[in-house]
Amino acid sequence: MLCDVCKCNDATVFLTQILEGKMQKVNLCDACSKEKGVQDPTGFALADLLLGIGAAEEIEKGAPTQKCPVCGFTQADFKKTGRLGCSACYVTFAEGLNTLLKAMHKGTEHVGKLPQRAHRVMELSDRMRTLTKSLEKAVADENYETAASLRDQIKQLEHQLANSP
Amino acid sequence: MSTGGEWLRGEGPHHQIVISSRVRIARNLRDRAFPGWAKKAERMAILDLIKPRVEELSEMQDSFSESLQDLSALEKQVLVERHLISREHAAKSVGSAVVMNRRQTLSIMINEEDHLRMQSIRSGLQLKAAFKLVDKLDSTLEHKLEFAYDQRLGYLTACPTNVGTGMRASAMLHLPGLVLSELINQVIQAVSKIGLAVRGLYGEGTEAMGNLFQISNQTTLGEKEDEIISRLSKVIETIIEKEHDARQVLIQKKSNTLWDQIGRAYGVLTYAHAMTSKEALNLLSIIKLGVDLGAFPEDRRLPIDELFIDTQPAHLQKSSQQKLNAEERDHLRAQIIRERLKVFPKPDISKMARESGNGSAAGPSNDE
Repeated sequence: MLCDVCKCNDATVFLTQILEGKMQKVNLCDACSKEKGVQDPTGFALADLLLGIGAAEEIEKGAPTQKCPVCGFTQADFKKTGRLGCSACYVTFAEGLNTLLKAMHKGTEHVGKLPQRAHRVMELSDRMRTLTKSLEKAVADENYETAASLRDQIKQLEHQLANSP
Repeated sequence: MSTGGEWLRGEGPHHQIVISSRVRIARNLRDRAFPGWAKKAERMAILDLIKPRVEELSEMQDSFSESLQDLSALEKQVLVERHLISREHAAKSVGSAVVMNRRQTLSIMINEEDHLRMQSIRSGLQLKAAFKLVDKLDSTLEHKLEFAYDQRLGYLTACPTNVGTGMRASAMLHLPGLVLSELINQVIQAVSKIGLAVRGLYGEGTEAMGNLFQISNQTTLGEKEDEIISRLSKVIETIIEKEHDARQVLIQKKSNTLWDQIGRAYGVLTYAHAMTSKEALNLLSIIKLGVDLGAFPEDRRLPIDELFIDTQPAHLQKSSQQKLNAEERDHLRAQIIRERLKVFPKPDISKMARESGNGSAAGPSNDE
């Protein structure tokens, strides 16, 4: 059997993975497996490991110049290290990451501990949404007195949100 | 730092088989580059931000706090052998630090793979208690530092494999019965199938030595912390039962092999003049099994457990206060073991047979 990558040497490393019920097989020769980092699990690109050889490149093709605005990290850096650059990378690379996280974990949403700060911000944003809706309604109803009071409350809440520690 | 951690001497639940329970949680500062991506200046700025907050924790009063560049290679290795820092962290220098309490039950790594890795170690099977301790540290710190958190994904970590709870819970198990009965691979395979990982003595990518295995959760997203811990604890309890069963079967059906193993381990450890750390761990494991089964008196347990740590390469060099090459280490290791085993009585097979008769040595799970 020939290597799937160079198609000239005999394959000596055989990888099989099942992703969402679909089986994928990759056969590699010694040299290509080393190049892909298969024999050194720590250096092996996670996207490649989980999505099949070439998957990481696939993601890259979609957005070749995508760069995290906060830390300057790129898809290529992720492919190299299997680690992200900063917390904002989770937003920047959300599309590719979602597939990866789905394959990696039990679920796709966090159900565990909530930091108290997040808890408070969530409450404040909930109240903000309610107030904004009431304001829209008050304006539509031409109820300007209520609208003015609501606007003041929203301003105060914005201030609180901005200053939440 | 001259002696080992409290967990080593502990008497936690199932301590014969479960050496220790560890829980670590990973946290990062929002919108700051993770340690692996941050430039040196930024890593140092992050360290300066985090370290004082960690040192002022009430749990960390009277703590050992050191920047990694101020520790020698040997000191770092000692901390690795005590499982207080990871091998990855030991490779760090400028911009990374470790803070641990005097009892060596809590250790906080700053700028390892994540900005913060908080770890708690307990003796025996005490994952819940270990989690409570780090959870409390986290709840205190979150008022002083803004952690990266996403409403959907939870705590954000450098590696996507830790995202969500950022929690890794693990237990170190001593399973000579399952290894001797050649059932261990079956257990490892079964455990891997349910999303848990089995690793060697020093974690990822390390070899299993001394019949010691680490079992930990592999996933961190989509499950609550206490669910992960109770699932893991249940699996570990099942493995403990299997280990007890395996030991019973060995005593009943393969007693000659068992006595032979214990006798040989005793003989080699008592008379050898050169010994690698791998050989030492494997033989000490058999002696530890001998203590569990009653072939050696119960008060010999602690000296054996201590030898597991004291014969590791860095601990040896620390005790001799000089750098030794491999050959010198092997000689010194054999010498220390010989000296400590001098006061050790010969294995008493008759005691062992009696213990096996009433089954008391193997704990609660061998009634059937």
